[in-house]
Amino acid sequence: MTQLPQSTERKLGLVIDLDTCVGCHACVIACKGWNTENYGAPLSDQRPYGDEPMGTFLNRVHSYEVQPEGGAAQTVHFPKSCLHCEDAPCVTVCPTGASYKRVEDGIVLVNESHCIGCGLCAWACPYGAREMDQAEGVMKKCTLCVDRIYNDTLPEEDRVPACVRTCPAGARHFGDFADPESNVSRLSAERGGMDLMPELGTAPVNKYLPPRPKDSWDEDSVLAPFLEPVVSDAGGFLGWLDKQLSRLPGDTHREER
Amino acid sequence: MASQPKLDLSTKVSDEIRQTTCYMCACRCGINVHMKDGKVAYIEGNRDHPVNQGVLCAKGSAGIMQVNAPSRLRAPLKRVGPRGSGEFEEIGWDEALEMAAGWLEPIRRTAPEKLAFFTGRDQSQSFTSFWAQNFGTPNYAAHGGFCSVNMAAGGIYTMGGAFWEFGQPDWDHTKLFMLFGVAEDHDSNPIKMGIGKIKARGAKVIGVNPVRSGYNAVADEWVAITPGTDGLFILSLVHELMKAGKIDLDYLSRYTNAPALIDPETGLLLRDGDDKVLVIDTVTGALTPFDQKGVRPSLSATHEAEGKTYVTVMAKMAEKYLDPQYAPEAVAERTGIPAAKIRKIAAELARVAFDESFELDRSWTDFRGETHDKMIGRPVSMHSMRGVSAHSNGFQTCRALHVLQILLGTVEVPGGFRFKPPYPKPIEAHPTPHCKATPDSPLDGPHLGFVRGPEHLALKEDGSPARIDKAFTWENPMSAHGLMHMVISNAHAGDPYKIDTLFMYMANMSWNSTMNTSGVIKMLTDQDETGDYVIPHIIYSDAYSSEMVAYADLILPDTTYLERHDCISLLDRPICEADGAADAIRWPVVEPDRDVRGFQTALIQLANLMKLPGFTNEAGEAKWSDYADYIVNHERKPGIGPLAGFRGESGDQVGRGAVNPDQLDRYIENGSFFVHHVPEEASYYKPWNSAYQDWAVELGLFDAPQPYLFQLYSEPMRKFQRAAEGHGERQPPEHLRERVRATMDPLPFWYPPFEDDRVDTSEFDVHALTQRPMAMYHSWGTQNAWLRQLHGTNPLYVPTKLWEKHGFQEGDWAHVTSAHGTITVPVAHQAALNENTVWTWNAIGKRKGAWALSEDAPEARTGFLLNHLIHELLPPKGDGLRWANSDPITGQAAWFDLRVKIEKTDAPAGDQAQPAFPALKSPVGKGPNELQWQVGETE
Repeated sequence: MTQLPQSTERKLGLVIDLDTCVGCHACVIACKGWNTENYGAPLSDQRPYGDEPMGTFLNRVHSYEVQPEGGAAQTVHFPKSCLHCEDAPCVTVCPTGASYKRVEDGIVLVNESHCIGCGLCAWACPYGAREMDQAEGVMKKCTLCVDRIYNDTLPEEDRVPACVRTCPAGARHFGDFADPESNVSRLSAERGGMDLMPELGTAPVNKYLPPRPKDSWDEDSVLAPFLEPVVSDAGGFLGWLDKQLSRLPGDTHREER
Repeated sequence: MASQPKLDLSTKVSDEIRQTTCYMCACRCGINVHMKDGKVAYIEGNRDHPVNQGVLCAKGSAGIMQVNAPSRLRAPLKRVGPRGSGEFEEIGWDEALEMAAGWLEPIRRTAPEKLAFFTGRDQSQSFTSFWAQNFGTPNYAAHGGFCSVNMAAGGIYTMGGAFWEFGQPDWDHTKLFMLFGVAEDHDSNPIKMGIGKIKARGAKVIGVNPVRSGYNAVADEWVAITPGTDGLFILSLVHELMKAGKIDLDYLSRYTNAPALIDPETGLLLRDGDDKVLVIDTVTGALTPFDQKGVRPSLSATHEAEGKTYVTVMAKMAEKYLDPQYAPEAVAERTGIPAAKIRKIAAELARVAFDESFELDRSWTDFRGETHDKMIGRPVSMHSMRGVSAHSNGFQTCRALHVLQILLGTVEVPGGFRFKPPYPKPIEAHPTPHCKATPDSPLDGPHLGFVRGPEHLALKEDGSPARIDKAFTWENPMSAHGLMHMVISNAHAGDPYKIDTLFMYMANMSWNSTMNTSGVIKMLTDQDETGDYVIPHIIYSDAYSSEMVAYADLILPDTTYLERHDCISLLDRPICEADGAADAIRWPVVEPDRDVRGFQTALIQLANLMKLPGFTNEAGEAKWSDYADYIVNHERKPGIGPLAGFRGESGDQVGRGAVNPDQLDRYIENGSFFVHHVPEEASYYKPWNSAYQDWAVELGLFDAPQPYLFQLYSEPMRKFQRAAEGHGERQPPEHLRERVRATMDPLPFWYPPFEDDRVDTSEFDVHALTQRPMAMYHSWGTQNAWLRQLHGTNPLYVPTKLWEKHGFQEGDWAHVTSAHGTITVPVAHQAALNENTVWTWNAIGKRKGAWALSEDAPEARTGFLLNHLIHELLPPKGDGLRWANSDPITGQAAWFDLRVKIEKTDAPAGDQAQPAFPALKSPVGKGPNELQWQVGETE
């Protein structure tokens, strides 16, 4: 058993905008690239050119369909990585203390030199956010790019997780949820940021912005009327045109016919 | 609680960053390549780059798996077994180039047209076309003909530019963005960035697409259109807008040919002796050239002369588009869009364009000399690509779309659609096609261009096609990008003539880049009665062990994109943005570890060996040793070369200037790109804005200002139509006369896709499409170890109605049958899909033995190509003629006209999708069983 801190000074995490995520997987591969080269063991790939290729990824995008009653079906792209829960069951279940939640910023990390690869934490995580690296035999998970965000060898603007830096649609935001004025706190408040499976009591730090309502034009909307016809045929159109043209700025339109 | 480990969180990320240009797709983003110990460690986007501004897609970040790919070719290959066996011997470059020259030199001296040189996903077309021109063959093009030529040509003929590389939505100001037929591609990062930007401020996105994935998944309103009916839907919007008078009359009067007067006898526009279009001036009532100072062209005037009544283009459009055939109720069933929804969309387009109009406080002066103190915003923008384009009615649909934009006054205004330099550019500023081959001489001019009438067709004196792909003939007069998809079929058939050598680059013609894959494989291996191959020689260049490699006699192995020089040139398809002209380079951030050469360098060396004019001086000495040398030292015109930046001896000249020997170093210092900004007063109204025109001349984009009017009415099309009515010397053959007359309508119209006329639509009642996933769009090879874990299989996606009708369950298989063939493939359910459409990811399916994949890889087992169902010819109609499955105007491959029927079947043995092909022998072996790709030491 490993203990969680009573509280953390900051609560670093992500806001992921499901209204904007186009499901391009840019975050998935930027994460793979950064974390293959950086924190801990590289993310390995088994059978990378064979049947059932299976590699370690710390972030994956799932696609779901939603079928509203009587409306058009919708597609939702859902990126998922560690949510850095405040009450992280993956930490408390760890028998060696390898899994821990940082006091200063709330990031949940695995100390690979203490990880025995027992897999209990992956079993305890209700989100499936941890993956055992098959080559190294250690548990891998999102580090929130802890080796980027404090890295003073990087330009300041680059001190964000690789997935956030690369997201072409701007659907990923990084910040401190402990600060009510931070970009992520404000976005989450404005757009109704949601917890993933709140009923589990894990108190995830990451928030998801729900997709905005869609396909309002499929119903008979009273909000905006259809266009009012001004003409019914080509002859009428030309007459209307004559009238309109005389109203154009700078126009001293004359009757030609 | 155990104490937290102390982490060093400021470790150095890399030894060095090398900045170059991505080539994982055609988007050409700037990348920072982090190097450790001389190896590529990590790739991220370049924040300063105009295209991607720091972001990078999945492909871009996965580039590291491309430089280490086991499928990379290692040395030139000479075929030693039968064609298609994959049996090769590695040879040296001297032998390879001698062998190529040995085939090419004799035909160059006797009949240069016997070389067909087609360069696929080439980004160096200004160079490769220069090579082909100096060789002397008329048979050159890249892959546009099977990609999106309808979109490019439709835009250029209508408004002097098109989407994607030619222009972009005004992301900063647009309030309604309408996306037609764009799946997940074209173009990649800028569209995602733009959608993100406009959604962040609450602007609305309308997605018109039978499939709701990718960009259409985030669209606020989804229009699940029936494939091939976009033109009908668009013209119904036009009908509604015209009927309600919601069109921008001021804009139409000033900047388009809506006020031009049509001769009722010829259908041509009334012009003066200087060939200038004449209009009636509303101020004076007099007939006057359109461009005179103070002229306000009338949209409704008529003109009487010689007993004839000339009416305006606007009047003609009213007559055409107010017809009830375009009423929402009349098109609803065919398009699959309820009439109320069409009305609602028309109303919203009008509301946003006119009621949400705004002004930018910028004055500008138009070509008539009138100064405007404001720029008026019409914040509706549109974008479109292959979904609209890849139909046999695609060109007219693309034209219709631009007419819709123009009627709303949303082109080149704030909030609308904006051109990127070197566009806008009128048709007159483009070359016409050239096709006169003379032994031992260069071609008489550039191959590709824009015909203005029948006089520019690429026909021989006997009226037969001059080009092997029959581009610029009566079958497809405006085929501005050539017809790559017809080359092998025509060469095999000897129609219009036989060739000697087929030379291709980056085009997987024996697999996913062709229609009728099995048929093309047979054509490539077919032998005549004497045992010789019907296509005698095939040379192919590729960096990877693609399916096409096995079908060539000689392979020239290319480098990966991180190992080469390239230029993304203003002479070609540059990386400009609406606010700036920009070009870019690639340079070898790592040196190849194999005996490979950049294809363009190989071409230069081959040219030098043959002493091609253009490449060698009169003494036969080479002008350039390799591509880098050419990029710096070639001048297309004095002072104008492939790169516009850092010209002149001291590198401070822009656009025009002497050769600068340090130019590439200057580009590298600048992040491998160069941007020259458009002045603020020139930022909109570019075709008519004097400040823009002057800026473009100064930069060298053109030599004199060339303001022009948007072509709602296309006179070049009318000239072809008029020929089909029996006028003029060049006449279409009788079997094409009626088709030319009908399809070359100078005002856009809709007609059913050709396949609908050739097959029984009640039997083949399902539409079938493909798209590429965002993580793979246009990327050269899905063997990428990381990307194939995202998209390694491709079921056929089936909508709910058909899923239930056929009683499918997850894991089931289906026979999918077209008029041409049957495939047996796995199915999956997708609800967010047009109810009569099935689709799959394109180019996931691989042939066994290719791409260094194991033979049991999912791509080679359950993966499949829809290409087997699509023929390059339409089903025969008994006249003995070969009718191309292409747009009749541009020759664009009509991939998306496909109709199929589906039926449930048992899973084939071994879950092997059908048809299956024998495994190719891999020239590179197989990839490793495990990767742990960390190039630097862990600190």
